[in-house]
Amino acid sequence: MTNHHRIAGNGQIQFGVFFQGVNHTTVWKDAQSGSQTDFESFRRVAQTAERGLFSAFFLGEGLRLREHLGKIHDLDVVGRPDAQTALAALAAITTNIGLVATQNTTYNDPADLAHRLASLDLLSGGRAAWNIVTTDNAWTGANFRRGGFLKHEDRYVRAEAFVQTAKAIWDSWADGAIAGSRNDPRWLREDAITTVKRQDESFDVEITGRLPRSSQQHPVLFQAGDSPDGRDFAVRNADVIFSAHPELEDAKKFRDDIVARTLKAGRPADDVKIFPGQEFILGATAAEAEEKHQWVRSLQVGPETAIAYLEQFWGRTLTEYDPDGPLPDIDPLVDVTNPTRGNAFHGKSAKDLVAQWRADAKENGQSIRQFVAARSRLNGRGLVGSYDDIADKLAEYAHTGAVDGFNITPWIVPGGLDDIVNELVPRLQDRGVYRTEYEGTNLRENLGLRAPLTRRGSLSSTQLTESEEVA
Amino acid sequence: MTSTPVPEFRSRVIALELDGDGAHPASWRKAHHDPQALLGGQRIRETVQAADIAGFHAATFKDSRVVDPGSTGIAGRIDAIQRAAFAAPITRSIGLVPEAGTLFTEPFHVATQLASLDYSSLGRAGWLVTADNLAKEARSVGRTQLPEGEAVSEAADVVQASRRLWDSWEDDAVIRDVATGRYLDRDKLHYADFDGERFSVKGPSIIPRPLQGQLVVFAPAELIPAVEADVALVSADTTDDLPQAAQAAASAGAPRTLVELDVILDSRGQTAEDRLAELDSYEEWTGGARYVGNAEGLVELLTTLFAAADGVRLKPAVLDVDLPELANKVLPELHRSGLVVPPLPGATLRETFGLPRPANRFAAA
Repeated sequence: MTNHHRIAGNGQIQFGVFFQGVNHTTVWKDAQSGSQTDFESFRRVAQTAERGLFSAFFLGEGLRLREHLGKIHDLDVVGRPDAQTALAALAAITTNIGLVATQNTTYNDPADLAHRLASLDLLSGGRAAWNIVTTDNAWTGANFRRGGFLKHEDRYVRAEAFVQTAKAIWDSWADGAIAGSRNDPRWLREDAITTVKRQDESFDVEITGRLPRSSQQHPVLFQAGDSPDGRDFAVRNADVIFSAHPELEDAKKFRDDIVARTLKAGRPADDVKIFPGQEFILGATAAEAEEKHQWVRSLQVGPETAIAYLEQFWGRTLTEYDPDGPLPDIDPLVDVTNPTRGNAFHGKSAKDLVAQWRADAKENGQSIRQFVAARSRLNGRGLVGSYDDIADKLAEYAHTGAVDGFNITPWIVPGGLDDIVNELVPRLQDRGVYRTEYEGTNLRENLGLRAPLTRRGSLSSTQLTESEEVA
Repeated sequence: MTSTPVPEFRSRVIALELDGDGAHPASWRKAHHDPQALLGGQRIRETVQAADIAGFHAATFKDSRVVDPGSTGIAGRIDAIQRAAFAAPITRSIGLVPEAGTLFTEPFHVATQLASLDYSSLGRAGWLVTADNLAKEARSVGRTQLPEGEAVSEAADVVQASRRLWDSWEDDAVIRDVATGRYLDRDKLHYADFDGERFSVKGPSIIPRPLQGQLVVFAPAELIPAVEADVALVSADTTDDLPQAAQAAASAGAPRTLVELDVILDSRGQTAEDRLAELDSYEEWTGGARYVGNAEGLVELLTTLFAAADGVRLKPAVLDVDLPELANKVLPELHRSGLVVPPLPGATLRETFGLPRPANRFAAA
């Protein structure tokens, strides 16, 4: 089992880019930082990524603006377009790159979301993908017809039923459903559509699919859940995991775990691809990169951001504390932490947490800013180094097969990919670990994926039994 | 606040429905491509760019949320907002107006999708509001049809909620103030706090205020005055009935009126009557007011209609045949007459319609 990551690796590294649009990791205080909303920023990033032969361009989703101590959080970049609408526009001005929309299963209807994803897939010539996420809180539900209706423990139940229904919708048009010639009796062959009926604890619907399949059959499915349930959900349903494990040793362990789960789910070992999120800070020399790294971190976690971060856990304002001094010596106001609404943290006993933090910061000699900067880098330090060193490091990833690629989160928009595409990609190509042209015309081909699970001869029988309630 | 003055002269507006291969159910039989090549980006690129170059002021994109099993015609449509979005970066002056339903969709999603379209199109987005109360659509999202008579008020609520979401960010809410570390001025963000009969929306929107402030909202005349729209689409059984219908819509409070006209023209040595008879032999065209004839006659009819309406929405029978005739013979003649001026590259759709950019309802006076 320990060698499973070698089975899955193919000696290559791919890149995706995640245009975040919301978060403190996108620097806005520098003069090079452009609009987060203007279409031109999206065009520039997507076309630069395509010039660099990236596999995918990602957009996130948030259905309610983050709040902090009861008010709209005002320190970070915020305000982004609907993912699929922006991607549909990008489809017209790109030709090969995959277009990935983060969309949640809680505040959407399968009939609508599956149709929109199929639409994006046809518009882009088979380049659409769906990053499946869930939201369960009533606070987000306040923006939607059904309000907060879902219990936390049921979110994956609904997600799985949702994904099965979406796949059934995508499978509902028979091959050759559309007239082969202008003289056929009808544009749509009679009885060419199977109605999708689903009745369970999550849905009571009857849906007629409204579109045929694209050249890649189904949109590619990405999933980011990291809990054991999330991982099992991924290996049952998804094609690619957008993981939180970029460091090499950790990535190998994660690959082993996913391979084991994938095999257990009855799929080939390399059936689920892994793309950790990663930040790249590069320079011509290691020293230049390190200097840039310090500068980027100082812009990402400014004094106000550092204090606001702690305020989430103290439950009160802390503006009287010096961001360059030690952590506050007072106890938090609330017993259970109340992090910024819309951020993905979980409540713990605030008092214990804060006591632990104080001890850690003291031991490491960290100020508030230094502590927060380190703490808010959940995925490690990022890849910091010279173009050559990072190219060597990525070649090592490729050879171990720990990951299939990286989903790059640029720290600045819209120029954040320029040095990666201009400097790093050619060095990776020289090392033989990065494509020199796109392998195929659709995303599934470019990611090296097999046909969708429900459309494989050998596997379709298993799949049908699992979802037989989906007619 | 920022209110652009309305110019004294206003061009009459020529809008075009871009749907499938045309408005006739047999249009696909006369299209210049295989039936299976319809549903993709390439087809949208060809048709919308032809319309943009010809000088149409707006293209509308039909949507359907159920499949009509009875027709021999085209039964599949790519999502209308996405078709419009795809068209955005490859066109320069044409307005892009997708249909989007109100009864069984999520108002928050619809409003943010449309606001996003306004960004992708640099301010050329509109919204054609629909309120089809279909049992099959309701069933597809686990709901039931609305009671008789409630569809219009629900559509009105959804439009109102969208307008409040669009205004939930003031124009200058993004301040990027390095000195205080604030990206936003949170005092310029507002909760939409829409409370309707059947739903509520908290807000604010997840995307800043659309470039136009508010998108140009189109609605069928029968939804007005309940629905707060900018442009009424006015239909009638015959062309003779259109002027009166347009005037009725204007009296009902529609700031602008477009009359709906099905069009089939003489082309390539074949008369419009013969073309229609051939198409109808496959399946009859049951539309509304219709013009069947040569280009000169259409110019004459439009000139008459422009006395009563602000413009027209043309629904060509077969896009690959009728669109070139419109582009080559009808629009140039209307431009020569001075009644119609092509839209300017870079102009917003509001500007094309002579509609001011509205002040934000939440901004302090």
